[in-house]
Amino acid sequence: MTTDKPKGEFGLDAQPESTAEYLRSKWINIKTGDVGSAPIVVGIVLILIIFRSLSENYLTAFNVVNMQLQAAGLVTIAIGVVFILLIAEIDLAIAFNSGIAGVLTVLLLRPDVAGWPWWAAILAGLVTSSLLSLVMGLIVTRAGVPSFVVTLAGNLALSGIVLILTTQFSQAGTIRIEDPIVVGIAGTFMAPAVSWILLALGLALSAFLTYRTMQIRTKQGLATTPMPVVLTTYAGVTAVAAVIIGYSNTDRGVPLLALIVGGFLWFWTFMLQRTRFGRHVLAIGGNPEAARRAGINVERVRVIVFTLAGFMAGAGGIILASRLRSVSPSAGGGSLLLDVIAAAVIGGTSLFGGRGRVSSALLGALVITLINNGMDGLGLNSGVKFVVTGLVLLGAVLLDALSNRRSTS
Amino acid sequence: MNALVGDNGAGKSTLIKGLAGIYEFDEGQVYFDGEPVSIKRPQDASDLGIEVVYQDLALADNLDVVANMFLGREEMNGVVLNETAMEATARQTLDSLSVKTLQSVRLPVAGLSGGQRQSVAVAKAVMWNSRVVILDEPTAALGVAQTRQVLDLVRTLADRGLGVVLISHNLHDIFEVADRITVLRLGQGVGVFNRRETTQQEVVHAITAGTLKHVPGMADDDD
Repeated sequence: MTTDKPKGEFGLDAQPESTAEYLRSKWINIKTGDVGSAPIVVGIVLILIIFRSLSENYLTAFNVVNMQLQAAGLVTIAIGVVFILLIAEIDLAIAFNSGIAGVLTVLLLRPDVAGWPWWAAILAGLVTSSLLSLVMGLIVTRAGVPSFVVTLAGNLALSGIVLILTTQFSQAGTIRIEDPIVVGIAGTFMAPAVSWILLALGLALSAFLTYRTMQIRTKQGLATTPMPVVLTTYAGVTAVAAVIIGYSNTDRGVPLLALIVGGFLWFWTFMLQRTRFGRHVLAIGGNPEAARRAGINVERVRVIVFTLAGFMAGAGGIILASRLRSVSPSAGGGSLLLDVIAAAVIGGTSLFGGRGRVSSALLGALVITLINNGMDGLGLNSGVKFVVTGLVLLGAVLLDALSNRRSTS
Repeated sequence: MNALVGDNGAGKSTLIKGLAGIYEFDEGQVYFDGEPVSIKRPQDASDLGIEVVYQDLALADNLDVVANMFLGREEMNGVVLNETAMEATARQTLDSLSVKTLQSVRLPVAGLSGGQRQSVAVAKAVMWNSRVVILDEPTAALGVAQTRQVLDLVRTLADRGLGVVLISHNLHDIFEVADRITVLRLGQGVGVFNRRETTQQEVVHAITAGTLKHVPGMADDDD
């Protein structure tokens, strides 16, 4: 009933919402297929409880810092996967593409190979992986070959290049990183004071932006997120961040990588939700024909998405190399491809396109890292890890399919 | 208000896709306000003030009402989407069309009923100070009450002085709202009728047996 609402027909938009109305519109979102991040947060808490009860060492400060380091590369690559999935494509070459960037950067740093300065080597790695994905994106859009096939071919070819490059310069294929700055990407930790100041700055900036948005919307007579909801969200995020930072500081401190990955997450969230580019990405995933009729250059946006995914894969590959302090023929191999795609999907990004958030890369990568690390700590072998990760992925895909069916019925 | 009618395959949808800039015409000339114009891209059509509401709606289900109405023509504030301005304009437009059933313009289109979706599609078309709105089968998938709602909306557009082209299979609807009726058969115009001076029988006859200037597959003989 809208009779008691002076602004008339758009009852839910016309005035500051009450918390009850806010929850009601969230419920409509869930009914239309947007389950949000509630299931995954519950999942993360369950995982923490289970592994903590199985192992004393799981939640030590030392291991909490380790898990941040382990998740960083996954999150970075998975951000690109989120964008790929949003336009309803797939990139199976993404893992070895990250390997290429890592290997190339490390080789260019070596005095006996090229001896480039750290920034030039990193730049070359990022540009190469971006260009490789650009080419695959062009083949997908221009020739109309399904991305599944193009990137499957790319996956094989790039794995070959990683193998050729690594064995070319070293008998065993393992090449160490000597450059202190590249090693420092994953090997630097923030002083306690620095991490607290950064948290405070981040919160203040975010609170200011939220407040300004609410002010502008109120002036226009538009609905704003109810204050209790805003405060609860902030309290929750602050509490979690404070616990992690405080706990990490009793060990080596918060890794610099947390700041780098946080920057990536913030930037791509901004791109997806606040810019025209992001809006077009979502539209193409939801209804490519509608996007085309609206005058959007669909092919161009798709190629850009492939390229940015290649860039993020490159960044992730360099982070992974830095953490291992070396590259080997298995760079980008193993379960990395499964892990990054699973991370995006487990985090709540739909395989059917159009539905998802950048933050799902973080949440999904956390789940995978928490499980892998927990099982490693219990001394379980890789077989068990694969089975469990596979089952978690299956669960996430089932949830995705169910909510997709709801949204299209 | 001009109604465009014809049997399946008569070329109605193809004709309007050409006008909308989705297909390019192979031959012939499009006149707008008496001036010859060329429409090669959707952008050209919207520059002229031609907006099309498609049969299959062309809304992205995952986006909300505001995002759909501004798709491809988002209002910007620097590099950032100007969400407040878009939301306010969207609500004004829907208000001015007396669309009464939407609860929120911030809900995904997936959650709307067929009539509501059609209303959003129409509102999207008129928001751009358009001069001609082409509606392709706007009531094909709707129930009785929703059809009523959409026809009223269409009539509102015409009364505001917009050129409206209504494509429909439903002669009943057409005789209720249209002023002029153009009949297409096998890709050719076979008759233009004034609604007040014609009958449904006459129009049906033109649709099924209108005289063709030339029959596809047969040599032309000009009489």
